[in-house]
Parts: sequence; structure tokens; C-alpha cells
Amino acid sequence: MPYALLFSVFVVAACGLAYELVAAALSSYLVGDSVTQFSTVIGVYLSAMGVGSWLSRYFQRDLIGSFIRIELAVGLLGGFSAAALFFAFTWLSGPFLLLLYLLVFVIGMLVGLEIPLVMRLLEHRLQFKDLVSRVLSIDYLGALAVSLLFPLWLAPKLGMVRTALLFGLLNVLVALWTTWLFRHELVSRRVLWLQGGSALVLIVAGFAAADRLSSIAETALYEDRIVLAESTPYQRIVLTRWRDDVRLFLNNNLQFSARDEYRYHEALIHPGLASLPWAKRVLVLGGGDGLAIREILRYPQVESVTLVELDPAMPALFKQHPALRGLNGDALNSPRVRIINTDAFRWLESQANAYDFIVVDFPDPTNFAVGKLYTNTFYRMAERALSARGRMVVQSTSPLYARQSYWTVVQTIESVGLQTRPYHALVPSFGEWGFILAGREPYTPPQRLPTGLRFINADTIPGLFNFPPDMDRTPAEVNRLNNQLLVRTFEQEWKQVQR
Amino acid sequence: MKRRDFLRAGSLAAGSLGLAGCSRTPPPGLPPGQLLGPSQALGHRLRDGTGFPAASETRKVEALIIGGGMAGLSCGWWLKRQGHASFAVLELENEAGGNARSGSNPISAYPWGAHYLPLPGPEAPELRLMLAEFGALKGDPHALRPEYEERYLCFAPQERLHIHGAWQEGLLPQFGIAQAERHQQQRFVEQIASMKATLDGRGRPAFATPSARGGSPTAALAGISMADWLQQQGYDAPSLHWWVNYGCRDDYGTDYRQTSAWAGLHYHAGRHGQASNADSDDVLTWPEGNSWLTRRMAQGLGDALQPNAMAWQIEQTAQGCSVLVYLAQENRSVRYLADKLVWAAPAGFLAHVMPSLPPPWQTAMAQLSYAPWLVANLSLRAPPAERGQQPLCWDNVLYGAAGLGYVVANHQSLQLHDQGCVLSYYRPLTEATPAAGRKLLQTAPHAYWARSILAELGRVHPDLPGLTEQLDVWRWGHAMLRPTPSLFSSDALPRLRQPQGRIMLAHSDLSGFSLAEEAHYWGVRAARWLLDHKDEFA
Ligand SMILES: Cc1cc2nc3c(=O)[nH]c(=O)nc-3n(C[C@H](O)[C@H](O)[C@H](O)COP(=O)(O)OP(=O)(O)OC[C@H]3O[C@@H](n4cnc5c(N)ncnc54)[C@H](O)[C@@H]3O)c2cc1C
Repeated sequence: MPYALLFSVFVVAACGLAYELVAAALSSYLVGDSVTQFSTVIGVYLSAMGVGSWLSRYFQRDLIGSFIRIELAVGLLGGFSAAALFFAFTWLSGPFLLLLYLLVFVIGMLVGLEIPLVMRLLEHRLQFKDLVSRVLSIDYLGALAVSLLFPLWLAPKLGMVRTALLFGLLNVLVALWTTWLFRHELVSRRVLWLQGGSALVLIVAGFAAADRLSSIAETALYEDRIVLAESTPYQRIVLTRWRDDVRLFLNNNLQFSARDEYRYHEALIHPGLASLPWAKRVLVLGGGDGLAIREILRYPQVESVTLVELDPAMPALFKQHPALRGLNGDALNSPRVRIINTDAFRWLESQANAYDFIVVDFPDPTNFAVGKLYTNTFYRMAERALSARGRMVVQSTSPLYARQSYWTVVQTIESVGLQTRPYHALVPSFGEWGFILAGREPYTPPQRLPTGLRFINADTIPGLFNFPPDMDRTPAEVNRLNNQLLVRTFEQEWKQVQR
Repeated sequence: MKRRDFLRAGSLAAGSLGLAGCSRTPPPGLPPGQLLGPSQALGHRLRDGTGFPAASETRKVEALIIGGGMAGLSCGWWLKRQGHASFAVLELENEAGGNARSGSNPISAYPWGAHYLPLPGPEAPELRLMLAEFGALKGDPHALRPEYEERYLCFAPQERLHIHGAWQEGLLPQFGIAQAERHQQQRFVEQIASMKATLDGRGRPAFATPSARGGSPTAALAGISMADWLQQQGYDAPSLHWWVNYGCRDDYGTDYRQTSAWAGLHYHAGRHGQASNADSDDVLTWPEGNSWLTRRMAQGLGDALQPNAMAWQIEQTAQGCSVLVYLAQENRSVRYLADKLVWAAPAGFLAHVMPSLPPPWQTAMAQLSYAPWLVANLSLRAPPAERGQQPLCWDNVLYGAAGLGYVVANHQSLQLHDQGCVLSYYRPLTEATPAAGRKLLQTAPHAYWARSILAELGRVHPDLPGLTEQLDVWRWGHAMLRPTPSLFSSDALPRLRQPQGRIMLAHSDLSGFSLAEEAHYWGVRAARWLLDHKDEFA
């Protein structure tokens, strides 16, 4: 009997550590910043165990029954913890951290109750010094086993959801076994059998559904490293994390990588906006991630930024998700920013002479629908929305990999009567990337730039406007709604790059 | 569909006569929808002679135009433009537009008939003026290559053909077509190019649009069918025959075996429009089709346009024309007294309202036969899934199908993302005689058409039936005049073009085939006649 109980200490200890590791690993994958996540989760867990141990004094009667019930509760809570956290993260992005710590705390508290109760059960069967040494050493052994198994085998092979369920199962089995062992001493053993049986059924059902849960969650972490995947009526948004890098994909096209997005967004905004010290009203078309807006908000004179973004899910995500808010400096929650969820083309039709700086940051022209946003008809409308001395900047594919496409966009913008200043910058995850400044007046590069930039400064700006021979201007035709030359050209050029 | 199947379908459908018209609850598996069409009741009442109320009022105008289709509206547009005020345009339906009418739903507007306008050539200066007035043409309307508003030029990608299990770009069959056939196609295209450049004896293009501003039909081409002409010229490639027949069915609603070669060739050689910002074969189109034009014309006319007004009796006296008009909404008739009258409704209908038809017109009537058409608009939750390389185009044609394929009504949307799509399906009933086709149109219930259309389109888009949420069908019993060899080799058309006393006809019928440019031309010509003008551009 004592040995049986000691064995259950081993299992209980192993389970306790396993839930702690699952929670810490999950939260660092989902939220990022693994050091903080690990230490806060472990901190909360340990203190909760302390609370549990202290609370154990209130258990007076029916110690065995209480132990069994606590085992069942730990088994269920811990077993489903990973699944619950995944779903909370995917569907309720707001209170995720709150839920995480609450769950960790409750599990920790229940685990904290277990060891004192076991010790009290063994009180009369062992001497005190034996009791303490055996229980605690077995407790540490259980923890050791899991701490080795978790990174080597459990997490990579089973994944988070199944690992948690596996330990939940062990807890429940311990509860059932204990019920059998003490069947003669237990008053309410019928009820306990029933509760134990139900818990077992639930956990087994969890395993059965684990495949589906996993395909949503686990594979995301361990194979694709997807932390968020959402299909909106407009597009598929996928956010991945690999070590410290967060990447956003829209319809499988890379939008940014957190590692070097500052290069892209500084290059997109500052050569233009820094040259307009009087600019007050800025319009951003596309770019619901708020990263360009983060750069725009560096200018105190800018009074309002209007973001027109078709898909409400994009700004919502970048307004709420903690890691993404960190990335864009919480730009989308700024009082200077107004978000309009509508179709840019239709919306532009009604704007006249309203904006001092317009940022056109659409996805690449990979299909005929997006291709419309690169036509002379579109730029004509954008031109109309520009104030007299205003300026527009257009992201316009790579002048190196898609040279003809890039100069087609330049040609198209010029065809509506704007002067252009094409430039480019190296963004490692995209390669050499192209932008076009356009306005009614000639452009002079700015001398002063906001502080705190990592890529653009007054010395680097002139270099952006130099085009070496391999990406220099080539003759191109105007991209129109009725020919959509750009979509075809872009497709051909991109195919060659990929070959 | 084989001719035999067609007739059988007709008799089957006739058996379920009681069902036609009402389809509130569709049979399982079929989308809901309505059977629509021009108001046939009034037309039948006219032909049956079951009388209309006597006139309770007399109205006087200098000029009266009957029919508010493209031709009648153009007539009114020109009159107004020249500052003329004393005229009225009467339209039987509750809305003007005729064959260019349209509908709309939350996804998009969509056409019920004419849906595009090819770029007008220098032979159509009035039409170009009108396009300039409406903002569709920019700069000089008389330029050789005018600039058009690009929102109205058909967006890329324009056309694709489903053939041998895959979509190809363009409508001329290429995919899986043998070399020898393609050589023939090439020869045909070259022959057409040289016809296009041919001038008639007076230095005008042999084939022009409007046709009255080009050469007259030559006897050699007028009296032979397009199918026979192809054989005669040594063309036997099935893919070329299909393509040429497609053209005849598409523009004329008539099989190429019944289409005069002159008309069949006109389709290919008669367009001389160019643009500074588009290819010459690009077209102007709008979600609502040509009703984008007719609505603007109708708006310009204001009160001069009277809808729900049906002319049911016309008399010509020495003093003027007396016309009895039934005002459907008021259920009464009024008498219009006019100095001059323009009949801008189908020429063949005139016989029903004019008991004493002038003899030259009387003899011409026997040559007129009209093609029945069916147009359906399918509202889809989302565009059908695409498997191949060719994306959804404006015009999507199925090789060898009974229908002409479908046009995506919301193709010209500037939105990145529409809430679904509307497909306009076109089908001329060319498998049997026009009368048999009309019979089928009158009798077949909605479910019959829904099944047939979904089966046809479902072959290339298996997901389409499931995506379709609404399928409305419009039946055109007398959609357009058929350009038969016997029509073109008779003197019917020249006779109909001659005014008789105080009455002139103005309708695309006068060309022998139904095109917007033709209707516009005859409308403006009639306006000039009303104004006693010398032809400015003729
Ligand atoms: C399905 C279909 C598709 C087509 N697609 C195209 C296309 O894409 N491009 C193109 O150029 N052409 C197309 N056409 C040809 C089209 O017919 C012409 O372009 C043009 O619209 C014809 O105009 P209309 O004025 O000559 O005749 P209609 O449109 O026939 O106008 C005659 C008008 O007279 C009215 N009317 C008749 N009787 C009376 C009466 N007793 N009293 C008062 N009013 C009366 C009618 O209601 C009608 O509004 C299409 C036709 C059809 C049927």
C-alpha cells in the first residue's frame, strides 16, 4: 500500500511539471518572448502550489476521497489545458494571457494540494523521516523524468495537445487506482467510481479528437509554425513565428518579416513624408498591419492618418494581438488614426484634393482583381485625391526580379500627368524592392529625418535613387484596365525568378 | 441539343403549361427564379383584336415617335440636341430601353439583352457624339482614334473558350485543333482583313457600321447562306464552321445556314472603330449592358418620353397622323395627332396597328421573320472555382454548346471583392424554326430552363449549380430580325427604309440585323427627316 501511494506521488509530480511546461511552452510560442513567458508561468505555478499546500490544512475528513477528487480535477484541467489555450488564443485574442495565468494558477494550486495530502495519508504507515525523504525524492524524480522527456520526445512527437492529455490520463488513472486500493475504506466509493469513469471517458474522447485539434494547433507549431490562420471573406491571413521572427502571409504571399520590415516601412514612408514638413493629412491605402502608420506617426505635424483597408480582420488583428501591437507600436490604436473598411477604388472616387501624402501599399499584382489597383484609372483617382503640393508613394514590386513590371508601374503613374521619382531599397526577405514617389512638383530629398530610424538617414537617401544597369529603366507601356499588362508581365517575370 | 430533342422538349413543356410563369417554390435542387419577358398580354390583345377603350382625350404634337428602344430614344436624343421640343416618344413597357433593358440585385446590375457596344468607327459620328456627351468618349469625338473612358472599356481578361476539357484564351478555337484547321482559320482571318479594307464604288467601306454608310449587299453574297459561302470558298474545318456559326448566332440569333453571307461577313468585316487607348476589337460595356446608354438617353428626354403607352392604331390622313394610344396604368386610350410619325418599334409589328399599310411596306412584311431568344441571369454566392490557367473572363463561351456561354455582369466592377457574381447567360433558340422556338418560350416552365442551363454550365463548372442562388429567365419571342438570304436578296429592306407620306420607320430592323449602332443610325436619320434637315454626315 505505501509503495502504491509512493508510485502515485511519482506520477502526480510528473504530471504537475508537465502541465507547467506545456503552459510555458505554449505561451511563449503564441505570445513570443520565451524568457518572460517561461519565468512568469513558472512563477505563477510555484506560488499557486504554495497556496495549495497551505490550503491542505483545511482538509480534515475523508482524505482519500479528497485526494481522488483532486486527482480527477487536475487530470481534466491539465489534460485539456493545451487545447483550451490554443482555442482561446485563436478565437478570443484579448483575454488570452488572463486565461493562461488563471489556468496555470488553478492547476498549480491543485497540484500543491496533492503532496501534503499524500503525506498525510502515509503519516501512519511510515516514520516521519522516511516519509519526507521518500515522498520528496520521488517527487523530484518524477519531475526529472518529465523535464527530460518533454523536450526530447513528448513535445516533438506527441505535440502539446496530446502531451497534456497523456498526463491528464495518468492523473485520472492514479485516481481510479487509488479508488480501487482504498475501496474498503471509502464511504462514497460509488460516486467516486462514477466520477473517475466519466473523467476517463472525457480524456479518451479528447485523444480521439486530438487529431483534429492538432491539425489546427500542433502542426502549426511544430511544422508550419503557424500561430494564427484566419480565412476572412477577402483573404487568408496567416501569421507564423519562427524563433524571434514573426511573418505575415496574405493568400500565401509574404507581407512582412518582423526581422527586416523596418527597412521596408522606413523606405516606404520617410523619403516622401520627410520631404513634406507641412503635411497634415495622410492617407494609407492597403497596409492594414499598421506598420507604415507606425512610421507616419513619428511626424508630430501629421494630424490625421486615414487607413482604407478592405478587410476589417486585418486592422482588428493588429489592434488586438499583443505581439502584433508590439510590432506596430500600437499604431492602430492611436487617436490620430481613422480606419475605414471599404474598397479603396470605390472610396477614392469620392475624394478630392484632400491628402498631403498618400501611401499606396497594395499586395503585388498577382491576379486581375488586384491588378486593377495598378492601372492608370486608379492612379488618376489617387492623383485627384492629392492636395496641390501633395505627394504619393507606391510600392511597386522589385525592379530587380520584376524589372519590366516595376517600370510599367512608373510609366503608368507618369501617364496620368505626375512626375515620378523611382527608388529602391534592399529588404532581405523580399530582395531588392522598388517604390515610386509621385507628385505634381519636382522632388527634393529631405535633409532632416525623424530620430530613431534604423535604416533611412539623410546620407542613405540619395543612394536609394540610383539604379544600377541591371534594374535601370526599360521602355514600358501603360497598364490599363482593358489590357492589364502588368499582371501578365509580373507573372512571367516572377516565374523566371522561381525557376 | 439535337433538333429532335428540342421538339420533344417543346411538347413536354407544353404539357406542363399550367406551371409556366409561377415558380415560387422551386423543385428540389433548383434555385428559385422568375420567368420574365416583355408584356405579351398587350401584344396578344392587339393581334387578337380584342379591343382597347376608345380615346378619351386628344393630344397634339409636331412629331410622334413610337417605341422607346435604342432607335426611338436616339431619335428623341437628336431632336432634343437640335433644340426641338414638340415631340413625344411613346413606349409600351414601363421602362424605355427595348432590347437593351436591364435588371439589378444587391450583387450587380445585369443586362436582359444588349450588353456591349463595339468601338464606333468614323462612319458613326453621331454615336460618338453621344458617347462624348455621356462621358464615355474623351476629347475629340471625330478623331481617327478617340480616347475612351477606361472604366467602360471591357477590362482584361476579355474572352475565353472552353474546348476539349480546358479553357483557352480567345474565342477562335485553338486548343487541340489540328494544324490543317488552323491554316484554314488563318486564311479566313486574312480574307476578312482584306474585305474589311475593301471600298465600294463610291469610296466607302464595302462593309460599314452602320451598314447604310457602307456598300450595298452584293447579289453574290446576299442570296447565299454563310454556311454555303464557307463551303464555296473551300473552308471545311469544323472549328472554323463552329466559330462562324457562333458569330451568326451571337449577333443575329440565327444559324449560319439561314444567315445571308453578306450579313455573316459583315459581323467580321464591318467594324472600323479604333481607340487611342484600346485595341480595335475592344468593346464598351457596363454591368447593366447597353441600358447604361438608353437610361441616359431616356433621362435626357424627360417628359417627352412616355412609358406605359402603347400605340394600337395608326391612321394617316392628308392633315396628319392620328394614333390611338393605350395608357396601361390609366386603363384608357388617348388620341395623338401628329404632323409626322416615326415608327421606332419592330417593323413587323406595324401591320398589326396600321390597317391601311402603304403597299410598298405591305409587300415587304412577308420577308420579315424574327428570332426567339432567351437570356438568364444567374446570381452566384461566389464565382465558380477555376482549375486551369485561364481566369474567369468577361465573356466565357462553351464550344459546341446550345447556349452562347455567359458574360460576367460584374466584370466591370472596380471593387477588389464583390459579394458574389451575376452571370448573364445567352441563348438564341436556333435549333428549330422561330415559331417552334417561340412556342417553347411560351410554354416551358421555369424549372425546364433552370435545369437545362445548369446542366449546360455545370458540365464545365461542377460547383455552379450549388453556388446559384437565383436564376431568372427572360424570354424574347421576337428578339430581332433574322438576316436571311431571302431577306437580303429581296427589296424588302430598301422599301422599308423609304418613308411613306408622313411616316418613317426607324429601327434596327431596317438594317436586316440588330445592332445598337444600326438602331442609333436609323433613329438619328428619322430625327433629321422630322427636322427637314439635310444630312450633316451622310
Ligand atoms: C438577347 C439580345 C442581346 C443583344 N445583344 C446586343 C449587343 O450586345 N450589342 C448590340 O449592339 N446589340 C445587341 N442586341 C441587339 C439589340 O436589339 C439592339 O442593339 C438594339 O437595342 C435594338 O434597338 P431598337 O430600338 O432597334 O429596337 P427595340 O429594342 O426592339 O425597341 C423597340 C421598342 O418599341 C417598343 N414597342 C413595340 N411596340 C410598341 C407599340 N405598339 N407602342 C409603343 N412601343 C412599342 C418596344 O417595347 C421596344 O422598347 C441584342 C438583342 C437581344 C435580343
